[in-house]
Amino acid sequence: MDNKIAAVKMRNITKRFGPVLANDKVWLDIYRGEILALLGENGSGKTTLMNMLSGIYFPDEGEISIDGKEVVIRSPKDAFDLGIGMIHQHFKLVDVLTAAENIVLGLEGKLDLKAAKEKIRGICDAYGFEVDPDQKIYDMSVSQKQTVEIVKVLYRGADILILDEPTAVLTPQETDKLFAVLRNMRDDGKAVVIITHKMHEVEALSDRVAILRHGQFIGDMPTRDTNAQEMTNMMVGHAVTLNIDRPEPVDPKPRIEVKNLTVRSIDGILKLEDVSFTANSGEILGIAGISGCGQKELLEAIAGLQPVESGSIQYIEDDGSREELIGKNPLSIAEMGVSLSFVPEDRLGMGLVANMDLSDNMMLRSFRKGRSIFTDRKTPRQLALDVVEELEVRTPSVATPVRRLSGGNVQKVLVGREIASAPTVLLTAYAVRGLDINSSYTIYDLINKQKAAGVAVLYVGEDLDVLLELADRILVLCGGKVSGIVPGRGAKKRDVGLMMTKIGGKTDE
Amino acid sequence: MNNKQRSPLFHIAKRSALRWYSAWAIRGGAVLLALVVCGVITSQVTGEDPIAVYKAIFEGSFGSSRKAWVLLQNIAMLLCVSLAVTPAFRMRCWNLGAEGQALAGALAAAACMILLGPKLPNGAVILCMIVTSILAGAIWAGIPAFFKAKWNTNETLFTLMMNYVATQLVSYYCVVWESPKGSGNIGIINPNTQIGWFPSIAGQKYLLNILVVALVCVAMYVYLNYSKHGYEIAVVGESERTARYVGIKVERVIIRTMLLSGAVCGLAGLLLVGSTNHTLTPTLVEGRGFTAVMVSWLAKFNPIWMILTSFLLVFLSRGAGEIATNFGLNSSFGDILTGVILFFIIGSEFFINYEIHFRKSGEKEETSNV
Repeated sequence: MDNKIAAVKMRNITKRFGPVLANDKVWLDIYRGEILALLGENGSGKTTLMNMLSGIYFPDEGEISIDGKEVVIRSPKDAFDLGIGMIHQHFKLVDVLTAAENIVLGLEGKLDLKAAKEKIRGICDAYGFEVDPDQKIYDMSVSQKQTVEIVKVLYRGADILILDEPTAVLTPQETDKLFAVLRNMRDDGKAVVIITHKMHEVEALSDRVAILRHGQFIGDMPTRDTNAQEMTNMMVGHAVTLNIDRPEPVDPKPRIEVKNLTVRSIDGILKLEDVSFTANSGEILGIAGISGCGQKELLEAIAGLQPVESGSIQYIEDDGSREELIGKNPLSIAEMGVSLSFVPEDRLGMGLVANMDLSDNMMLRSFRKGRSIFTDRKTPRQLALDVVEELEVRTPSVATPVRRLSGGNVQKVLVGREIASAPTVLLTAYAVRGLDINSSYTIYDLINKQKAAGVAVLYVGEDLDVLLELADRILVLCGGKVSGIVPGRGAKKRDVGLMMTKIGGKTDE
Repeated sequence: MNNKQRSPLFHIAKRSALRWYSAWAIRGGAVLLALVVCGVITSQVTGEDPIAVYKAIFEGSFGSSRKAWVLLQNIAMLLCVSLAVTPAFRMRCWNLGAEGQALAGALAAAACMILLGPKLPNGAVILCMIVTSILAGAIWAGIPAFFKAKWNTNETLFTLMMNYVATQLVSYYCVVWESPKGSGNIGIINPNTQIGWFPSIAGQKYLLNILVVALVCVAMYVYLNYSKHGYEIAVVGESERTARYVGIKVERVIIRTMLLSGAVCGLAGLLLVGSTNHTLTPTLVEGRGFTAVMVSWLAKFNPIWMILTSFLLVFLSRGAGEIATNFGLNSSFGDILTGVILFFIIGSEFFINYEIHFRKSGEKEETSNV
């Protein structure tokens, strides 16, 4: 492998965004017939580096060569002409068109859908994809859409594939399928680069890892010669322990009781059907499920943001008295004295105001306090300073708009604000999505502290490994229904995975 | 190797935050550059001496003390309407109906003067004028706001249409209240009794308007930046979902803010009728409702900066008028110059937000040598 010529050679690549050095003289080699895992914390410059390879950004300095020839990639089209294809985190597909139509979209030459479908089937057979060329995108699951994106890139003749966090939206079974396909592609002599945060995926899939930290290239090595601990230490720059604590719940009491909850979206689609469960104080209730199975609606219904068709959601005080939360808005829930915090999935579109600075975002929860018609700016500013210090938020100052912060720091600001009000119920949706190892562990730690303080935590997660380590009980949703509730200790990943795809999780085998 | 493969000549990158003085240096540079271009155009097209043209522009505003007062009055009125649209704009609610809202206010004020003038004492008439005109402006903005809050109608189109309704309504009443009969105009209202005319301060006819607007300007600045309402407006403008998430009643904020916007427009109409013009015509507001959009945008919705931008726009338009009369040029020529200057000012925002990296010299050889 060592004497092979590199498919891609990146040398001294530097990219600045204003004063931020996103990539600092990065060297990277990508070989054919190999799966390379690109590792690094949030903001370490992985995506930036790959975006320069795929023609989205143009490097300020440095050279790129493909198969030994120096090239200049000015646009995504240049990249395609060189056989480089990137599958982004956010899919770029037209919903109302079929798979085949999306795949040929934008290609020059005569439109011959029949021939195109033939070629698509050829690609699918070669690598083991399952795509129906005539299926409309809006009928597809997330994993099917991702498959279409990959086929699209292959159809255009790419033999250097870059996947940006492809497994973030997939179930374990879908991930296995994707990995099988990627291995087929590698065996076919294609170069595959995968950006990910999940260590067990790196170990399971990749042949080589390359690690970036703060925009600099730290090193690369064959995956078999390293382990998760060493890779994490290289990413973070110091030793990290990779265990999630799970203390026994102390004196759990019912706090939120949901009964026969049914929710329809504005379009009349059934999002939750007859959901019943109890969340206890001092306990983390994990909620697992394929994305879009009603997790968002469930949390928003409890938070008073989602109209409910039928059922009840009761808040139970320590003395056993009950309050109905349905029909209340967030303000009236707070006025009832129920301290409910919510870390929503959409951090910058819902939890925070992207263009406002840290102090103004802290003010979102507290600005009504007091009788004055003017806002109190000192307290939120102090809170912002405290959160920055306690949670080690990396920001130039508390007067920086949160949109300029990296994903992990944005989440720390949001979580910091939500737990500052000493809640009795904490709802979190995908609290660590897109966060690097270090930030993720900070968040797990914060959630565990809330649990220890007697808070009832509802944790919607996508990484089953984490859910199995963190949650005391796991509620599995499948298509808006409760597929089952299992204890977190001793639950099997395979069983939970099956419950996510089928009510009850039983198979005929 | 492949000589055709070259770095692009330049590429564009987003700037990080620019220091305020660098930003204003860029803007100032843009104005200077615009003046130079205007000078070149003037001398090339008309053969006039560009210096003389600049002098005329300046004299249009500061040529005499009367001109200076007119300039200040025009700035005040434009600023008043701009202040009115700003709370709505901060909420990302595009109130393009300031023209109609001010006209509605003016109509109410004129109605009080004409109908109540003979019956009530002067003080009572003025009080009625103040209350009804501010109410009329608020209602004119409140109707589209209600529809937007309830059924999410498009406020841009709705407020725009309300302008035409207001203009037609005023045209109708101009005929109903015409004086003398058959003229189709209202003429000066209560010319002899001067009932409903606002008093002039220190013998200056325009001073009252200027002071009132200055007060509104400061109040609006404080309201938008330091009050709880101002904060709610900002949150709703940035993200309605965030606003709902923290329990802000978005519908209420929309209606409340639009009512405020319309009320200040009504005040502008009141000042125009009661203090300056003492009459009502369908063109009373002179398009300020639309110029105000530009004033507000150029100042990034900051009431204090809006003093500067409204000065700039009034100064330019008065200069353009002066050129037209002094040099016997078509008044369109003045508009061309105004257009050139605005083009440069708005264009300068690009350079404030982005920077351009040029290909370093020598890079070309490096690439082709490989």
